[in-house]
Amino acid sequence: MTSLPPPRAGQKKLGLVIDLDICVGCHACATACKEWNSGGHSGALPDFDPYGAEAWGVWFNRIHSYEEGDGDGARTVHFPKSCLHCEDAACVTVCPTGASYKRAEDGIVLVNAEICIGCKLCSWACPYGAREFDADQGVMKKCTLCIDRIYNDNLAEAERQPACVLVCPVGARHFGDLGDPDSNVSQLVAERRGRDLMPELGYRPVNKYLPPRPGRMAPHPAAAAAAAGASEPATAGERLLRWVDRLLSL
Amino acid sequence: MHPALSIVLFTTAAGAGFGLIIVLGLGAPLGYLPAGGWFAFVALAVATALAALGLFASVFHLGRPERAWRAFSQWRSSWLSREGVCAVATFVPTAIFGIGWVFFSATSGIAGLCAILGAALAAATIYCTGMIYHSLKPVHQWRNAWVVPGYFGLGLMSGLLVLDLLLRIWRRPAPGWTLVTVLAVAAGWVIKERYWLAVDTTAGPSTPASATALGRRGRVRLVEGPHTQDNYLLKEMGFQIARKHGRRLRWIARLAGFVVPLAASVIAGLVGHGPAIAAAGLAVASAALGLVVERWLFFAEARHTVTLYYGADAV
Repeated sequence: MTSLPPPRAGQKKLGLVIDLDICVGCHACATACKEWNSGGHSGALPDFDPYGAEAWGVWFNRIHSYEEGDGDGARTVHFPKSCLHCEDAACVTVCPTGASYKRAEDGIVLVNAEICIGCKLCSWACPYGAREFDADQGVMKKCTLCIDRIYNDNLAEAERQPACVLVCPVGARHFGDLGDPDSNVSQLVAERRGRDLMPELGYRPVNKYLPPRPGRMAPHPAAAAAAAGASEPATAGERLLRWVDRLLSL
Repeated sequence: MHPALSIVLFTTAAGAGFGLIIVLGLGAPLGYLPAGGWFAFVALAVATALAALGLFASVFHLGRPERAWRAFSQWRSSWLSREGVCAVATFVPTAIFGIGWVFFSATSGIAGLCAILGAALAAATIYCTGMIYHSLKPVHQWRNAWVVPGYFGLGLMSGLLVLDLLLRIWRRPAPGWTLVTVLAVAAGWVIKERYWLAVDTTAGPSTPASATALGRRGRVRLVEGPHTQDNYLLKEMGFQIARKHGRRLRWIARLAGFVVPLAASVIAGLVGHGPAIAAAGLAVASAALGLVVERWLFFAEARHTVTLYYGADAV
C-alpha cells in the first residue's frame, strides 16, 4: 500500500545515526551490508562484469569522501549514505503497485520484490539515491535496515542490529528508535546536534548525521601555548626538561 | 536524467494520441467534423494507435513488464498509477463513441456523451503524465508551473496537426480548425519558451552542503567517489548534457517543432488541395521530429539532487 501510514503519537522510528566525526572511510559497513544482503532476503545483489573493466553492481550503502573548507581549516569527511527511512517518503507514495511501503509499526521503508515492476520512479523520487535497480531481477532494491536481523530470534540478542552497525570498527554507526527521546540514539542526536540531509525538501529523514565536532583541527594546547610564547618555566628542573625536549625535537 | 528512448517515444506518441482523442471527442458532438464513415474510422484508429503505441513503449521500459497490471492499484497515492487508470479508462467511452460515429454517423445522444467523456479522460491522462514529473521534488527543472501546461499544449498541438492533415486528405478542410491549430502551435511554443527560461534562470534549493549536512568549515567538494566505475544512480541520473549542445538541440526543437509546423499550417490554409496536403503532412512530420527532440531535452536538461553527492555544485 503506497499511502504513508497515518502518523501516531509516540510511534517507533527505527533508524541509524552516522557519526561523521569518527568515520574513517574504511568501507567495512558497505562490505558487511553487501555480504549480508547478497545471501538473504534481498539476494542476490548483482555484480556485472565483476572482474572486468566495467564492473558495476547494486550496493545499499555507498561511502563518499568530501573535503569541507579550504586551506588550513579544511577537513576530509567520509560520508556513508544509505536509505534514510524518511517520515515523508515520496518513494513510497509514487509507487504505482504498492511494492514500496513504509511499515507503521517501526517506520522501516521496504520494497516488496514480488510485486515491484521495476519502473524506477521511486529512485527518481528519492533525492538521496538510496534505491538502486537490480538489472538482473528487474526490481528495485534498497537498505532494509536489516529487518531480517533486528527481529531475528536465531541471532544472539547483541547481534540483532544492522550488519553495518555491528561491523564498524570505530563505532561511527548507531541503531535505535529515534521516535523515543530517551533512546541512546536520540540522546546522541540531541547532544551532538544531529542533522537531516536536504531538510529543505521536506522528506523528514529519520536517519541523522552527526557533524564533525568543531575544533578538532585546532592546534594542540601545548603547541598553542608554545607558539603564543608561554611564560618561562619556573624551576631549573623545568628549564632543563624544556632544553632536552628542544634537543630531541631537532 | 538519462533520456530513455522508450519514455521519449511513449510520452510524445501518447500525447499526440490523447490530444487527438480530445479534439475528436469535442469536435464531433459540436458538429465541426465530418459526419462519420471512413474519416471517423481512420481518425480514431490513428488516435488509438498513437496512444496504444505510447503505452506499449512504456510497458516495455519496465524491469518486470509481465507485472504491469499491478500498476493500476495505487491510484490513491501515485500519479503514475492514476495515469494508467485514466489511459485505459479513456478507451472505453471512446470506443462507444467510435462505434456510434463510424457506423451510425451518430455524434449526439449516447455517442456524443461518450465522446465528451472520452475527451475528458484523455485530458485527465495528459494531466497525470505531467504531474508525474511535476511532483518529483528532487528534480528542480520539473517543479515550475510550465510542465503540466507543456504536456497539455504539446499534446493538443500534435493532435490538432494530425487532425488538420486528415481533414485535408478527406477534402474537408476548415478554416476554423486551421486557425485553432495555428493558435495551438503558437501556444505550445510560448509555453516551451517559458519552461526553458525557468530552467535557465532558476536553480534548486539543494546544495552539496545541504546534501551532506556539512559546510560549517566552508565549501564542500567531492574528494573520492564511492565507486570507481558507474552505478545505477550515475547511469540513470548522472547524465548531463553540455550547455552548448543543449542550446543547439533547443534550436532544432524550435524550428522543427514550432516554426515549420506554424508556417506549413498557415500555408496549407492558403493553397489548393494537393499542396495543402503536402504542407499539412510536412507540419506533422516536422512536429514529430521537433517534439521528440524537445522531450529528449526535457529529460537531458533535468538534474537530480543525487548528482550533488557526485560532485555537482548545484541542481
